[in-house]
Amino acid sequence: MALLEVKDLTKSFGDTRVLKGINFEMESGEVLSIIGSSGSGKTTLLRCLNFLETADGGSISVDGKAVFDAADPSLSSPKAIRHNRTSFGLVFQSFNLFPQYSVLKNLTLAAILKAKEENPDFSKSRNKITASLDKRAMELLDRIGLGDKKDNYPCELSGGQQQRVAIARALMLTPRILCFDEPTSALDPELTKEVLHVIKDLKTAGNTMIVVTHEMDFARNASDKVIFMANGIIEESGTPGKIFESPESPLLQSFLKQ
Amino acid sequence: MENFISVTGKLASGFGTTLALFFLTLLFAIPLGLIFACISRVRFKPLRFLMRAFIYIIRGTPLLLQLMIVVYLPGIVFNNPLTKWEIFHQNVPLSYFCGALFAFVINYACYFAEIFRGGIENIPKGQYEACEVLGMSRSQAFFKVILLQVIRNIVAPMSNEVVTLVKDTALARTVSVVEIYFAASEILRLQFIIWPLFYTGAFYLAFSALVTLLFGIIEKRLSRYWR
Repeated sequence: MALLEVKDLTKSFGDTRVLKGINFEMESGEVLSIIGSSGSGKTTLLRCLNFLETADGGSISVDGKAVFDAADPSLSSPKAIRHNRTSFGLVFQSFNLFPQYSVLKNLTLAAILKAKEENPDFSKSRNKITASLDKRAMELLDRIGLGDKKDNYPCELSGGQQQRVAIARALMLTPRILCFDEPTSALDPELTKEVLHVIKDLKTAGNTMIVVTHEMDFARNASDKVIFMANGIIEESGTPGKIFESPESPLLQSFLKQ
Repeated sequence: MENFISVTGKLASGFGTTLALFFLTLLFAIPLGLIFACISRVRFKPLRFLMRAFIYIIRGTPLLLQLMIVVYLPGIVFNNPLTKWEIFHQNVPLSYFCGALFAFVINYACYFAEIFRGGIENIPKGQYEACEVLGMSRSQAFFKVILLQVIRNIVAPMSNEVVTLVKDTALARTVSVVEIYFAASEILRLQFIIWPLFYTGAFYLAFSALVTLLFGIIEKRLSRYWR
């Protein structure tokens, strides 16, 4: 069974139909790149998966279990959304780190709040829980090569470092599927490289990822599957080889020529 | 005849009233401003509109005029004790102070409300979204992430407004509140000595300096880490 199954997803903003029925599946451990020109609906699709937008129609299931279904209002309650969104993690184009917290606290904050909520006697075991979360955060920071920056504040880091911290922060909650919304669009080429390097590392480690990107080299070399979106539909999808070497759709052909 | 010491004593006692007006205004106007800010952001349109219209009116008219209306209008309309009281008490009645305080609180609450609203609305949407995708509840997001950023956003404009309040308290003299300026002008009126009036400037300056210093410390503490 596919890990993620998206069926007939539609979304409109006012009169503008941004998603006109999106269908795709992905397996665990796969990396899916979504490409397409601005306004094609890629970011909206990602935001629907992460419950930042509510799709108007269609369904999303993870591991065969529906996490969103436009026909089932019980899945749209704030409580259900809070529960179901933990399947997904999201890394933003503009990082969105919390400026008032150190790098380490950026990673652990959400996890600590979650532990506090779930453990009735959190205050008793507080030190133990925070110590284990700190340890896990440090492992992640070491993995992205920023262990020595744990006490720094976001404004003291370069854009690339901030984005790597944002990736670690998303991983902290062990999402089934990690989504990236144009993670390198705010970065210069040098910093782009270090962020893409981290994403490739995550692929090697077996993470399932969806990456909305303008980096064609990344989409070609690092993904298992590529989706090309245009005007709110999946115009063409397939392996990177097929998409980049023998594109069928004229829209994709002209997009790749740019 | 007045000398420097006796004038200082008289002005200092007037300045006590100035400070009382200053601190009481802050004490009530800050929470009220928060409430106003929340109301001017509610989804229910008529209420939001009314609140914003009220804020617009208060910010668009002179505080001096508001003082007059608060202190004298109830007397004219309801034959209210504010003016009656004066007949029995030759000294300036406390009710004038309360009337002035009321006008100051409403006026400053409206200014604070706009500052608070600006501070809240200036938080990038991405901060809320980051909290959301990390599974935080709305209240967790607000108290753990957003609030401190709001406070940081409002420190500078609040500093401005609070320093203005220090000086605005002088307006209370127009409704018979014997604050420092009133005390000095009484010396001028009765004894034809003008320098005490100029001397009040030193009190205002010293207190403004204190307030500015305090806000400077807060601002520095808050911006130690970011931006």
